[in-house]
Parts: sequence; C-alpha cells; structure tokens
Amino acid sequence: MSLKIVKAGILDTVQDKGRYGYQHLGINPGGAMDVFSMQVANILLGNDANEAAIEIHFPASAFLFEQDAIIAISGADFLPMINGEAIPLHRPVIINKNSVLQFRELKKGARCYLAVKDGLQLPSWLNSCSANLKIGIEGFLGKSLQQNDRIHFKTPNDYTSILNGKDTRITPWKADVNWDIFSVDSIYVLPGNELNRLEEESKRHFISDLFKISSLSDRMGYRLSGPGLWSTSEDELVSSAVSFGTVQLLPDGQLIILMADHQTSGGYPKIAHVITAHHSRLAQMRPEEKISFRFTDIKTAEELLLKQHQHLRQLENACKFRLQDFLKN
Amino acid sequence: MNDTTATYRVFPLGDSAFTIDFGNFIDISVNKKVISLFNYLQKEKLENILEVVPAYSSLTIYYDVLGIKKKYPGQRACELMKKTLEEILLKNIPGENDASTVTRIPVLYDGEDLLFISQEKNITVDEIIQIHSATNYRVYMLGFLPGFAYMGEVDERIAAPRKQQPRLKVEAGSVGIAGKQTGIYPSASPGGWQIIGRTPLKLFDATKENPTLLKAGDMVQFYSITKDEFKNR
Repeated sequence: MSLKIVKAGILDTVQDKGRYGYQHLGINPGGAMDVFSMQVANILLGNDANEAAIEIHFPASAFLFEQDAIIAISGADFLPMINGEAIPLHRPVIINKNSVLQFRELKKGARCYLAVKDGLQLPSWLNSCSANLKIGIEGFLGKSLQQNDRIHFKTPNDYTSILNGKDTRITPWKADVNWDIFSVDSIYVLPGNELNRLEEESKRHFISDLFKISSLSDRMGYRLSGPGLWSTSEDELVSSAVSFGTVQLLPDGQLIILMADHQTSGGYPKIAHVITAHHSRLAQMRPEEKISFRFTDIKTAEELLLKQHQHLRQLENACKFRLQDFLKN
Repeated sequence: MNDTTATYRVFPLGDSAFTIDFGNFIDISVNKKVISLFNYLQKEKLENILEVVPAYSSLTIYYDVLGIKKKYPGQRACELMKKTLEEILLKNIPGENDASTVTRIPVLYDGEDLLFISQEKNITVDEIIQIHSATNYRVYMLGFLPGFAYMGEVDERIAAPRKQQPRLKVEAGSVGIAGKQTGIYPSASPGGWQIIGRTPLKLFDATKENPTLLKAGDMVQFYSITKDEFKNR
C-alpha cells in the first residue's frame, strides 16, 4: 500500500500548507510554494484541502504504485503519464497497482502537486508534514524524495472492479483553476515600508520595467535581474520580520522575492510585497521568465484572496460527493 | 505600553501582517518592550492572530484575513486588525522581568577569524577571548536559521565587521561576531560572521519539545573550554 520512488527527481518533497507559529524561534514556515494548486489537487479527491501532497519539480521523480490509488495532479503541466499514456491535470485519475507515473516534459509552470485520495502516511513535526531540508531531521520531514523511498497510503484501496483490467480510469469531470481571469498579466504588489528609499527613477523602473527571474532562484527566493535600482539612504536596517512575497532590494541594486522557504527575518529594504492571491501565479513562474510588477491596494488584495478562496469552496462543494458516486456506479 | 515615551509606527507587511516598529536601532529597553508585547500576545491568543514574531526593535503580527472576513463580511480585515493592535498598544502592559537565569555556553575559542580580528582591532587573541566571555549578553531575537540567536552587545574592542565574502559553509556550533552582535550557528550554513570558536552544545534539536536552546529575552554568558573538554562533552 505504497508509492515507491523508482527514480529520484531534482527536488521533490512532501509539503502541506506550512509550519506556522514558530517563526519567533527562527523556524520558517516553509510549505507548498503554490498552496492553491496543492489545495485544488486535494479538493478534487475529497481530501482536506491542506492534506500533505508531493511537490514535484522538473526533471521529476518516477513513481511506482504498489497498490491501486486515486490521484490528482495540479499546478504545472509536466506531461504526466501512466505507463506511457498521458493523463490529464486537475482530474481524479484511478490507477491500477504496478503502474508507473512519469513526467515527460516541462510544458508549463514550475511545480506540480501530486495528491492521493485519503492522503499519505507521513511524520509530522510542529503540526506540519512539510519538508525542511535545513533542520537535519530524519525522514521525509528533512529530505527530498530519493530512489527506493516508499510513502505509504493512509488507507489501502482496491479498485479492481472499476478499473476493469485497465491501467487507468479518468473521471469525466475537471477542476476549473482559472479563478483570476480579470487580473492583468502582472504580479500585483503592495508598497513595502522602505519603498520610499528608492530614487524616483528607480521607482519608475520598478513599475514599468520587466524583471527576469534568474537561474539562482529556488524555494527560498527568486533572484531577479533587471535595471539596477538605487536607494537614497545608506542607513542599514536592523533585522525585522519578512514573509512570503516580500520583495527586497539587495546591496547590488537587484531584487529578490522571498518564497516559501524564506528566512524569518531580514535586514534589506522591503520595496514591495506580492499579494497573497498572486503567490500561486508567482510560484508557477520559472527562471528566464519575466515579471512585471503592478501596484494595487489592500482592498483589492483582500478581495482577490477572498475570490480565490470562494473559488476553492465552490470546487469543494462540486467535488464532495462526485467521486463517491462515481466509485459506486 | 507602560512607558508613555514609547513611540512606534504600525505598517503593513503585505496583505496579511502588520509590523509594529519602535525605531531602527538596537536598544535593550526597546527590545524589552517588544518582548513584553510578544509575551502578552502569545498568552492572549487573540482570535485570527496566526503568529507573532519579535525582532530587535519591532514586532510582526501575522493575521488570518479570511478568518476575519468570514466573521465580519464586507469589512476590511486590515482595518479591523489595525484597530485591534492600536487598542492593545494603548494598554498598560507590564514590562518584561529580567531573565532570572543566565545560560552558560562553553566555547572552544579556536575560530578561523581570531587572527583577523586580532589584526583588525589590534588586540591579542587571549584578550579577545577574555573580552568575549566577560560580558552577559541579551538574546534580542531569533532568526536567520532555526534557533539562531542574535545576541549583544559585543564590546567595541572586538566588534569586527562581517566578512566581505561570506563562507559557503560555517559548521554547526560555530560562534561568531558581526559588528556588535554575537551568535552561534545552530546548523551548518553559508554565513558571513567572523568565527571565533565553537560550542559542543546543540542550539537546535528538532526532536525536543522545545527545539531551541535559547529564546528572545534570555541572558547568555560564554566560558572558555579546552580541546579535551570540547571532545568530552
């Protein structure tokens, strides 16, 4: 009753919503880079939205299902395949035991989420199953998935009758993930406390220029390369809290956007903050892609977050009994 | 706050947090205010406050936007939270008591940067050790890494600036100096502090219920140990 990693990918880890409440001890929350997509995958399966899933980067791991399972994959499109046959994103897929899930090609996005119906049996630390690779803790809490690792399912399942001899059975419904159709293509930000340290010309560059995500980007942060931005003040800041989405100005005039594995505090000027509702969109951007920033207000930020949340609740209601009914028939 | 001279500014840290900023400086009395407010909020566990993070001279409050919006439909979560925080700031919150105990931390002073500090500050290595271990330090905040305590104030005579080029790997337990701060790396990490020694103590242990040895507001004293004592710990 498990999922076996037959080939390790570049960085596949177990993630949930993150480890909150311990930043005062320097313990960062971590968690999924794209919580929205992780929640979509779980909701499709009738799981708790914040059940831990596997966050997959490309090149991805190959997974062997040692038992029947129902899965959903959301987020980036890496062309998932079961035994060489393509399977769709954003849909529950029933999978026969001894099948292999592979990801063939980096088509769109930066990371996808593999959720399993009823969840994975995982160790938890400080109320979260999210892997933190820097704390030296045993097992899936402290490492990325390696060859021959096995993750057990919470419940054993047998879908022989519904699979009827086939490797997969794809359910006829699909999650609509486009909740944000009215926003323009920019990343929306709120002003940071030190925005006014920027020289006027640098401020103009910040809102009008494109910033390329550099190859030095990872789960901790996206380093950007763009026009040099300059501060009018040489005064150093004493360290204070920073969060997911904080855009900091580095001493060399370039920007960094802090992502899921950010440190709890920092001392670089905070130029802006990516609104929470756009974390998902940002997390699906990858190196070489270009970002344009657009200032918004807190009212819009809250409304967009609520809209995203309501979209998930609607999906939840739509999925609630569907899978159960499908399995019965 | 109990001190009427306390001035502060509340600014949003994105759409889900506020920082209460008492000024851009390192000062014991300011940090005490931060910690007493932190302790108060940790104890009160106010609705929809997700977590509270103290720093040198500021306190950041993360809140649940959706939780607030659910309870007060149509209202702005940030406005309600700001009002809540401003009411708390007007309260007479008792000041933090001084830490009753001092955590003593053994250090083998054999760090790679002792020589640099000795040259930079024109002082002998023995004097550096003597000065570093003579002071009681306050833990102002934790950050950077799980269990990393920012402590101060380091005596001006040994206050060496950060390295120009950070090391790619500083070992766990390394004791360092950065300006007037001193700290201990709880785990191996890249880092730019001047390394003066190492402690055999574990500053961070994920298997423990209290995973960090130190917390903000603690007092710390270092004492010198020999190589044999280090090995036998």
